[in-house]
Amino acid sequence: MGNVIEIRDLHVTAKTDSGRVVEIIRGVDLDVADGEIVALIGESGSGKTTIALTLLGYARPGCSIVGGSVTVDGEDTVAISEAERRSLRGTRVAYVPQSAAAAFNPSKTIMDQVVEVAQIHDLMPMDAARKKAVELFRALALPEPETIGARYPHQVSGGQLQRLSAAMALIGDPKVMVFDEPTTALDVTTQIEVLRAFKAVMRERGMAGIYVSHDLAVVAQIADRIVVLKGGEVQEVGATEAIVHRPSHSYTKALIGAFHPRARVPDPEAAADGPQPILKVSGVTAGYGGTGRDKMPKYVVLKNLDLTLERGRSLGVIGESGSGKSTLARVIAGLLPAAKGSIEMDGVRLGQATRDRSKEDLRKLQIVFQLADTALNPNKPVGAILARPLVFYHAMAGRERDAEVDRLLDMVRLPRGLKHRLPSELSGGQKQRVNFARALAARPELILCDEITSALDTVVAAAVLDLLDELQRELGLTYMFISHDLSTVEAICDRVAVMYQGEKVEEMPTSRMKSGPEHPYSKLLIASVPKLDTGWLDGLRDDPLMAAAMEGR
Amino acid sequence: MTSTARRSPRFGFAVNAVGVIGASIILFWILVAVFAPWISPYPVGKIVDFDYYGPISSDFWLGTDYLGRDMFSRILMGARYTVGISLASVTIACFVGVTLGMIAAVVGGWFDAVLSRFLDALNSIPALMFGLVVVAAVGSSLTVLILTIATLYAPGSYRFARALAVNVNAMDFVTVARARGEGIIYTIREEILPNIVGPVLADFGLRFVFIVLLLSGLSFLGLGVQPPDADWGALVRENIGGLSFGAPAVVFPSIAIASLTISVNMLIDNLPRRIRDRSE
Repeated sequence: MGNVIEIRDLHVTAKTDSGRVVEIIRGVDLDVADGEIVALIGESGSGKTTIALTLLGYARPGCSIVGGSVTVDGEDTVAISEAERRSLRGTRVAYVPQSAAAAFNPSKTIMDQVVEVAQIHDLMPMDAARKKAVELFRALALPEPETIGARYPHQVSGGQLQRLSAAMALIGDPKVMVFDEPTTALDVTTQIEVLRAFKAVMRERGMAGIYVSHDLAVVAQIADRIVVLKGGEVQEVGATEAIVHRPSHSYTKALIGAFHPRARVPDPEAAADGPQPILKVSGVTAGYGGTGRDKMPKYVVLKNLDLTLERGRSLGVIGESGSGKSTLARVIAGLLPAAKGSIEMDGVRLGQATRDRSKEDLRKLQIVFQLADTALNPNKPVGAILARPLVFYHAMAGRERDAEVDRLLDMVRLPRGLKHRLPSELSGGQKQRVNFARALAARPELILCDEITSALDTVVAAAVLDLLDELQRELGLTYMFISHDLSTVEAICDRVAVMYQGEKVEEMPTSRMKSGPEHPYSKLLIASVPKLDTGWLDGLRDDPLMAAAMEGR
Repeated sequence: MTSTARRSPRFGFAVNAVGVIGASIILFWILVAVFAPWISPYPVGKIVDFDYYGPISSDFWLGTDYLGRDMFSRILMGARYTVGISLASVTIACFVGVTLGMIAAVVGGWFDAVLSRFLDALNSIPALMFGLVVVAAVGSSLTVLILTIATLYAPGSYRFARALAVNVNAMDFVTVARARGEGIIYTIREEILPNIVGPVLADFGLRFVFIVLLLSGLSFLGLGVQPPDADWGALVRENIGGLSFGAPAVVFPSIAIASLTISVNMLIDNLPRRIRDRSE
């Protein structure tokens, strides 16, 4: 069996904003045999997407391929002309991007976009292309394959759109498929069906593929071999089974280690005093859009929700996107006044909106957002960002304030010199620490964490979670931890609430999460989390619960 | 263009050479405006030459106008009106417009709706007609002129700033500030303004140029600066008859207008990156 992809000594450089040229891929070699799926795995900035794009002879703006060869199906994409590359793309190599929603043109029907590749390369008559597209829709297990092409991108779900973008890539019968984190933006329950469809299609057609991901468990389901990358260099290559069970390189071990969270040990002190509620949410109904005559919002997101947070403990809130998790945090923080119901803190009823609350109430309850990129003012140095809550809540000034900023930076394990930098000059993990430190600056009792580790790499996220855990012990903090990532919740929470369509369907101790969820939706959600086991996805077929859930999609 | 960057150690900003040239020209005109009465060789309204549209000579450095008045003196004194009125009105217009725009974006709701509709209505009145009505009602003076022009240009500035501020307002760091309990003034000054200041300054430059043009239009209708004083636009207008034989009396005020408006935009387009690109 020959190799369909051969990468030899690939070097790619990138120009930074300050005009410096840095080498981001440093001499990578990679082979992919016919019909083989190879996964590229690594943290962000490790060069996995850059390598995948060189297969299409493409380097992102500012990047350039400076050395080596990338041979795809007998042609070196580095050496050939731009016109030849154009004829290569779509017909012999095809690309499935991370965000299908951004990859589709919202003003054209899906069918027009799927057959575009055939049209551009003049591969077949349009009628034949449409027929082929319908076959692909069927192969990818899309509902109503005959008519789904007539819809517009916003009329299908995220998981369906991702499969449609695979159809778009498959229409030119490429030899090689490049998947760039195709399931990262999807919910776990949706991820399964997309993965399954991809795997079936690839296997059936015997195509070779490159699958880029940072999620080891996902990769374990679909890839034959795994290439672990870090800093633009190959760290370890091996068969999936071997990498997952017998990693040899320290970085791979760290990746796998981060996947198995330490089981949470309940703090004995807190347990001894018995549960003390700090926050009580009762009968909260909230939503968006103008309120009607019945004083109910137009689009109700939360329905009659009850929740209790105990002092010094963590409550995880899980559920798929659109289940109302973030809305819940916004209602508790007073950013979105509830239409009905009450929120009590330490037995005192809080105002519905921030302006109805006292500074002291606001101080006790802080919220930390998912994206540190947008949660930190890009024009303020870290020191000023951290100083503001100190000035605002504690009226600190001068040296006292500066000392406190230093202390906060120490607390979140950041070097003190960082306070003179702007957020854009920090890494993702550092930004998220600053984001968290700003909440700590208020000396809160309760912190609402909205997906704070979701945008971080596995290893970095694990470090942030450790930090949160430690700070909770030291400062006696209470967390409400919103996440769609169940292993994160497992690592840090004492109890878990499962949300589904704006309602809390179940609440249970974390320890019971794996063994005995009762509500069917919780069961489905928890069973959908990929396991670090190569046979997991195929094994699901035999699971009656999953089979039933798949029917409707 | 990056090679011509110069680093000013005091601000830590790299100032572009083109920006420095722009700033120097603006500074030059401001100094001229301030010191005009002391450096102009002849009184503004005095007819000093028997020839009209006189050529450049050692007595009259920039020739004479259609009545035989010294153009050099008239341009120097005209700088007072053009630079002064335009800068004052553009500053008032942008200050009012941007402040209201940011407040409307942050407060939202009916306040935003009412203010936006009101300023839209104001925007729909033709500039020259509005000027005519105001001057007919209260007479023409510098203060009236500045306020009228500022009123005319504030709504555009408001619209522009509001559109930018609405985007920034949706960012999480503003939400965090709101959750912290910050007031409106802090939010607009510390969280929003620094993130929109780059485009707002570019808008300031454009608006400045429009105001110089509007001013000459008003002067032509007799609503602007009253004779014998004249701003640069009026100088071009009154000497337009000399254009066919290339009289310096029409060429030099045009050059003066061009040099000012171009240099304002040169300066703003080449402001230090840290100010200009803050919104990115």
